[in-house]
Amino acid sequence: MRVRVDRTVCVGAGMCVLTAPEVFDQDPEDGRVVLSEPVPPPALRTRVEQAADVCPSGAITITD
Amino acid sequence: MTEHTTRPTPLPTQRPTPFDPPVELARLRGEDPVSRLAYPDGHTGWLVTGHAQVRQVLADPRFSTRNEIRHDPSPGTDVTAPPRPAPRGMFLSHDPPEHTRYRRLLTGQFTVRRMRRLTARVEEITEEHLDRMEHQGPPLDLVEAYASPVPALVIGELLGVPEGDVDRFQRTVAAVSRVDSSREDKMAAFVAMQDFLKRLVDDKRAEPTDDLLGGLVAGGELEEDELTNIAFLLLGAGLDTTANMIGLGAFHLLTHPEQAEALRDEPDSGPRVVEELLRYLSIVPHTLRTALEDLELGGHRIRAGETVTVSIAAADRDPKVFPEPNTVDPHRSAGGHLAFGHGIHQCLGQQLARVEMRVALPALLTRFPTLRMAVPESEVPTREDMAIYGVHRLPVTWGSGSG
Ligand code: HEM
Ligand code: SF4
Repeated sequence: MRVRVDRTVCVGAGMCVLTAPEVFDQDPEDGRVVLSEPVPPPALRTRVEQAADVCPSGAITITD
Repeated sequence: MTEHTTRPTPLPTQRPTPFDPPVELARLRGEDPVSRLAYPDGHTGWLVTGHAQVRQVLADPRFSTRNEIRHDPSPGTDVTAPPRPAPRGMFLSHDPPEHTRYRRLLTGQFTVRRMRRLTARVEEITEEHLDRMEHQGPPLDLVEAYASPVPALVIGELLGVPEGDVDRFQRTVAAVSRVDSSREDKMAAFVAMQDFLKRLVDDKRAEPTDDLLGGLVAGGELEEDELTNIAFLLLGAGLDTTANMIGLGAFHLLTHPEQAEALRDEPDSGPRVVEELLRYLSIVPHTLRTALEDLELGGHRIRAGETVTVSIAAADRDPKVFPEPNTVDPHRSAGGHLAFGHGIHQCLGQQLARVEMRVALPALLTRFPTLRMAVPESEVPTREDMAIYGVHRLPVTWGSGSG
């Protein structure tokens, strides 16, 4: 599993950080998403998928 | 694409209980999650009641939040007042790119981590108010003593509003957000608020402070009117909402003692209980969007200029997403609820609101193990008439007396 984030559309709502803190973080300056784990272990798949689903701006995509 | 043959109905407002949205919304959703809606000004637009369709509207840039092109579905709306564009800085009512610019300047201040760091201060403010309640003794109005002042002090602190001025603020906010007040009263409240904030911004220009507003002033990118309006938006959006979630949330817990008990016994369940209450109570019952171009939604053709009323309360009770939607179940995964909206305008202050609710509700129950209602459920005045739902007052008591 490979994760991509699009910082240009991120609105800094922080839903990803709440859902999968191992994978997503927020830039302390502008609040936008920072990917701390671009290739998360399979055990995190469900939560990463949830994060992509709850992200209000569709900034997170998962490719296999 | 179906042609709609059903007659447009006005927005349903009759709630069966203080905690449930109008039953009519569920009926409409069952029939068709996208239906025609009659607005008081004569406009015929749409009402969206399904979770998937609500998400779709809120994520679609072809829908605008601009004031000047929208129609208000609320029964008490003054139909003679021409809608005016929102002033600079009121970014909830701006579309991109204006919205993007303001939101970017603020998101850094509202990160999950930053808000968690505020937890200790929120705890202090909460404890102070619980102390005061204990000192005052039962019975008392929980809204006045706790649910309103705690969020007011928290956001006041965030912005750098001097503590002595917060009371006046709260009264002004209540006057501004009142659906049923006269236009003159509303304007007066609005002006009073503007003046207050302008002075606050001026003070921070003269003497820079280390708070959110002080930071924006120091950043130098924004002019005075923008700063004032941003502060106005944050206060307007952050006070009444959180206060009503605490007030209505406490009302629900006190009338469902087994749930209060579970929260007392299992403090770790706090975040889940809060999330489920956000879904179940959805105190921002609806929001509005207007189509900028012709488009298709749920098999209907929406025309440019038509206003869509997006029912958050109905979406958060959609059985397709939340099985047994009318039951409060802290064990469900309430993730995906729309109480904070969705899309680019999704609540900027949601992490702060979460911190406040996670602290305030358990602390209240723990401090007063015998806390209970001082009046029958039916005598609690609810905010039927307000843009943000909740309770006006919540008389409570505790101890061994009958209160
Ligand atoms: C439980 C408490 C709260 C609830 C239920 C709530 C709900 C909402 C909802 C539903 C929206 C989206 C409106 C729309 O799309 O039309 C929103 C936006 C917003 N909220 Fe909240 N809110 C809460 C607390 C707060 C707090 C504490 C703050 C600030 C400190 C805040 C600031 C804002 C702002 C600035 C926006 C506009 C965001 C934008 O347009 O990009 N809210 N809120
Ligand atoms: S949930 Fe989406 S919008 Fe929010 S911070 Fe994460 S990537 Fe950005």
